[in-house]
Amino acid sequence: MIGPLPQPLLASIEGAIEFILDPQTSNVTGGRKVGGPEQVVELALAQLEVTVLALGLALLVGLPIGLFLGHRGTGELLAVGLGNAGRAIPELALIAFMAAAIGVGLLNLTIALAVLGVPPILTNAFVGIRQVDRASIDAARGMGMTEFEILRKVEVPLAIPTIFAGIRSATIAIVATATIAPLAGVETLGDFILNENVYGENGVLAGAMVVALLALTLEFSLAGLQRLLTSRGLRLKTA
Amino acid sequence: MRTKTTRLWGVAALLLALALTLGVAACGSDDDGSTTTEGDSGGGGGAIVSNPDNGKVSLTIGSKNFPEQEILGEIYAQALAAAGYKVKTDHNLGSETVALKTLKSGQISGYPEYASTALTSFFGKEPEEVPADAEGAYEEAKAEFEKEGLTAFPPTPFASANAVGTTTATAEKYGLENVSDLEGVSEKLTLYGSPECRQRIDCLAGLEELYGLKFKSFKPVDIGLRYTVLEKGQADLSILFTTDPQLAAEKDKFVILEDDQEVFPAGNVIFVTKQSTVEEAGPDYEDTIVQVQEGLTLPVMQELDARVELEKQTPKEAAAAYLESAGYTG
Repeated sequence: MIGPLPQPLLASIEGAIEFILDPQTSNVTGGRKVGGPEQVVELALAQLEVTVLALGLALLVGLPIGLFLGHRGTGELLAVGLGNAGRAIPELALIAFMAAAIGVGLLNLTIALAVLGVPPILTNAFVGIRQVDRASIDAARGMGMTEFEILRKVEVPLAIPTIFAGIRSATIAIVATATIAPLAGVETLGDFILNENVYGENGVLAGAMVVALLALTLEFSLAGLQRLLTSRGLRLKTA
Repeated sequence: MRTKTTRLWGVAALLLALALTLGVAACGSDDDGSTTTEGDSGGGGGAIVSNPDNGKVSLTIGSKNFPEQEILGEIYAQALAAAGYKVKTDHNLGSETVALKTLKSGQISGYPEYASTALTSFFGKEPEEVPADAEGAYEEAKAEFEKEGLTAFPPTPFASANAVGTTTATAEKYGLENVSDLEGVSEKLTLYGSPECRQRIDCLAGLEELYGLKFKSFKPVDIGLRYTVLEKGQADLSILFTTDPQLAAEKDKFVILEDDQEVFPAGNVIFVTKQSTVEEAGPDYEDTIVQVQEGLTLPVMQELDARVELEKQTPKEAAAAYLESAGYTG
């Protein structure tokens, strides 16, 4: 068990909630107020937009490759090795590197964040498909299904839980990392977190809290979607 | 059978990934960690003399995490080490609020701060209230710091300020010389600046409120990209620093607009430290810092910034070269 929260931390949480609910004065803005529901919602929506774009791109790249390689049963080195190496690429370096080629902004950011999302999606799709019982696949082939039908009707439905686990971790990684967007020309909730001297400690904590809330919301929505997509027979097993 | 080879490939892939991760981590931590420069009692005019008494005192010199600050932090750290102190560095303090908090908590002994930043950020002064002269700003900041158990050493010869910069082509096209010339054209121009710029009175907020300018849009970017966005043609205007080496090295490419209404106060650097540290460290602490910063004029600072930002030297190397060529260390 975690003991009671220390007093200063409780006070900060209170301050952060105040920051979300009410615009605050700041000592570097010359009297302008910062924070408040309007700005929080605006930045949260921007964070969501960036996340959805990057996740879409990551799915577009990672899912077909993972499914294809999983079905073929080849390319484990590519799927797992590159997947893991991909996680080691530092986002900021990637953004700065691409800034010279395509400039900063939404495109740069979407690509950089998608790079973060591809590894878990690709690796899990590959592993999920590979784990499908060979007997089911042989049976499907025996029934005269084409290779694509086997993938669509047998392998993918059986691998849904694993594939979704990958999509969910990609989503969490992307939504959390989208806080660096203000360093690449796009304002997200990261604005609160990066600019402590403008928003103060309360703003930093408030930003972090809203990002966490956003991540949890996405996580639960995807979990619900996964439940809907999982075939009934499997649902009993995983529920 | 094939499972065995597959497993081997898997192991190989894991090793590769691990190697890549380690490689990246090693690159990232190049400038971190502690610096311990050997004391040197070399002769010569203004050389720093090592005092064995200082060996008992450990100092941690901090700086905010951008090149100019890191160079200054290194200059002070290496000079203090030459004076015989045990010196460590911490160049990863993000913003000035973080730096101040770290100083107050005792994790660092002192760090270089711009007097104007201290007055506006810490003590709630409006930019137009910041004294234009270095001495005046220093005295005022020092008096404010002393109320909090801190103190500041005298200012450097050079001053750094935010500035609205653009390409010479854009300046010619719209006939821009002063910031006031933006009136009427700023609605067509995109301004880029560090993320905090949008809300700061000595940045976008000041341009909007004190100059009355409205821009087509403001985009936040990492400080390190302030010239890239101009070069790429994404930014019409970008917030630069007056000490930027690019302004000297690429005079025909970039210009800064004159801050005719003095919204961007110039800041000479003052070294901020705790009063208790000053008492503990003795007179050599202040004397060494004041001595080594005497040579830091605007061209020298631009040159040092150029070595790090354009020639990719480490701040440590640039600082060592400065101390040696100015005769402070042998």
